[in-house]
Amino acid sequence: MTATKKRSWTEAVRERAVGALPPEKLLPDSQPSYMSSWIYIFGVLSLGSLVVIIASGSILSLKGPQWWHFTGIGHFFNSIHLWSVELFFFFMAIHLWGKYWMAAWRGGRARVWMTGVVCFVVAIPCALTGYVSQQNFDAQWISTQAKDAMNAAGIGAFFNLTNFGQMYSVHVLLLPLAVVAIVVAHILLVRKHGIVPPIPLAGVGEGRSLAGAGDSPAGPAGHESGSGSGLPASGDGSMKTPGSGSGDDREPGPDPAGSPT
Amino acid sequence: MTAAVFNLNHPANTVHWHFFTMSVANVVVIIVMLVVFAAAVLLPFPGHGRRRGNR
Repeated sequence: MTATKKRSWTEAVRERAVGALPPEKLLPDSQPSYMSSWIYIFGVLSLGSLVVIIASGSILSLKGPQWWHFTGIGHFFNSIHLWSVELFFFFMAIHLWGKYWMAAWRGGRARVWMTGVVCFVVAIPCALTGYVSQQNFDAQWISTQAKDAMNAAGIGAFFNLTNFGQMYSVHVLLLPLAVVAIVVAHILLVRKHGIVPPIPLAGVGEGRSLAGAGDSPAGPAGHESGSGSGLPASGDGSMKTPGSGSGDDREPGPDPAGSPT
Repeated sequence: MTAAVFNLNHPANTVHWHFFTMSVANVVVIIVMLVVFAAAVLLPFPGHGRRRGNR
């Protein structure tokens, strides 16, 4: 009779984490060749904007409203914070369109899609609480208008948009934490399941699509279309990717023609 | 203090079309987003043709 060694919880967590995301998946040194398209850059552009938002917002929170309203450098960081938010939503919306039209939830990527949707939804009140935390007439106007909208929607009892302290706390702590946590989950899920391949086009060649389906034993690996985008140019949107629509976790294997990142 | 590039000292211009009402600034941003999206889909990615030729 052999004595079984009791596993510690840290060991169990480590084994589960490494099993789900081995280092070569977490930090890959190449990406599939179908990523050679501009449509694939809007996720990382959104991420870059978020980094600037967090950095500029941290400086604003350290210095306070007097600084951002009455000093030149304060105006500068205020503007950096505003425009990085504008760009964040700009890039995130285009990222959303691109992923919607390439049905990015295929191949067991439902959680990747849903974390992206939730991130978008949580980012909206994060921006709203920022607009009402400016401490100027613009903030007053927005908060009184938004208050009516919240009351009309039946959720006005849970928070007070005209309360600067409450809105500022929510804006600089709770919602940014939520957005960052969701973005981290989103990126880890993308690493786990891989970047979604283009949709193969139906009726193009013999078992071959314009998007290069059949180039890789595990799924479409590269573009043959002129545009090089991940979107189908025609066809009925039928999916030939292994695991598509089945809800399983299978995904395209490493692309032999992968391009270095 | 330097003046804004555009004169902002007036109420926002809006686009009205039946039930649809939106500020011109928002309409411009949406059009720019659509243009950027179309460009991202249609424009070739640098180095894409070279890698394809090597395969």
